[in-house]
Amino acid sequence: MDELRRFARELLLKKEVAAVIGYEQVGEARTRPVVITDPDECRRLVLNEYCLNNLVVYLNRARIKALARSKEGIRKLAVVAKPCDIRSIVALIQENQIRRENLMILSMNCHGVVRDFGCEFNGDNLAAKCISCNTQSSTYADKSFGEVREIPKFTGKLEYDLSEIEQLPPSKRMEFFREQFDKCIKCYACRAVCPLCYCQRCITDKTIPRWIESSSHSRGNFAWNIVRALHLSGRCTGCGECERACPMDIPLSLLNRKMAMKSKELFGYESGKSTDNPTLVGSYDQKDSDELFM
Amino acid sequence: MDNKEKHIENGWEPKIVAFVCNWCTYAGADLAGTSRLKYPANMKIIRVMCSGAVDPVFILKAFERGADGVLVSGCHPNDCHYNAGNFHARRRWDLFHALLDFAGIEKERLQFSWISASEGKKFADVVTKITNDIKMIGPFKGYQEMNRQFTTEFPEQEKEKLVQQCTEAEAVNG
Repeated sequence: MDELRRFARELLLKKEVAAVIGYEQVGEARTRPVVITDPDECRRLVLNEYCLNNLVVYLNRARIKALARSKEGIRKLAVVAKPCDIRSIVALIQENQIRRENLMILSMNCHGVVRDFGCEFNGDNLAAKCISCNTQSSTYADKSFGEVREIPKFTGKLEYDLSEIEQLPPSKRMEFFREQFDKCIKCYACRAVCPLCYCQRCITDKTIPRWIESSSHSRGNFAWNIVRALHLSGRCTGCGECERACPMDIPLSLLNRKMAMKSKELFGYESGKSTDNPTLVGSYDQKDSDELFM
Repeated sequence: MDNKEKHIENGWEPKIVAFVCNWCTYAGADLAGTSRLKYPANMKIIRVMCSGAVDPVFILKAFERGADGVLVSGCHPNDCHYNAGNFHARRRWDLFHALLDFAGIEKERLQFSWISASEGKKFADVVTKITNDIKMIGPFKGYQEMNRQFTTEFPEQEKEKLVQQCTEAEAVNG
């Protein structure tokens, strides 16, 4: 942690970066995002298992981008990112939303995070995305901090099991998802925290014609959640922020995970793997399967 | 008595919406007509410029407005008027179909085909097949319930008022 603080301070002192986006501790078991431009403030930075937010979402925010702009041109931004968050950076670079040369990625060697703020860090409270994690450190980052430790073995119970839902007959699945989506209050928190939901104007905000009804009625809720999952399919890197941010506890990552599995199964594509790949839905292959078509 | 007979006995006919591409399938449908081929009249055809121009929200909207099934049809691969429209469409539909399937919409409700301008017969066959498929599985109750129901606990009168407001607003906004 001290190493990160020293390094970040150095970066800001030498004016190598315009700002450092990181985490600061608030209370016992909670962190929050912080944007630091003053070198002396770097002592606020922390790295621990409560660093839940995916800070990559801020890289596309207009006010953060404005920080990087100066008379001499664009300066770098430093961002603290877990190895899984780096996948979002890769996906954004693939989609030409950010440039690698304008970024300084400070990674942490991760040993898992908690599922929510306030929990004690142990096997019971491990975040779902950490259970089968295989990227504890990243080679894509400029510098990694912290030591590599083993992720605790997951001993808790997941609320929803993807394979169980797959087994249900279609009408039951629809009932399940309808019940879940009916909880939706259309706060769009899932959209706001998603690093890949960067459209200036979202399809739900378009009113002429209105494709997705904005009242939180079953019909609009179903359409919104389906369209959200579709627009993220083949792009979602599984950071799980949507689900964490959802105030109504809708298991949004079920759909995202299913679509990630499908993209791998059908096209052998994994999001956030390499900046050299073209994006899944932005490209095509003449040899794609024709099975679905009569 | 199997499902199909039961649905038909009730006098129910499925509503099927077809999004067809201007250059191939629409011409194919035209040929089916000029060749006087018979096919079920359940299909409502919407002509679009390319199968790649069909946004998935069109399909959701069709279901919302009471379609029991949807067909999307375009040119065969490598025959696209815009060179690659149907290749892009193919990837998108693979994903969209998987997503709807996972969300519990039966596979038969949303179908895809490649029909060229010379395949009037194939068009008639495809329409017949889809109509039969949908007749087997019956009306799309799952989605249509969503149209009617407010799930939050509104008093009955309020509900009716809201439904009316929604229909009026829809009539104005289209």
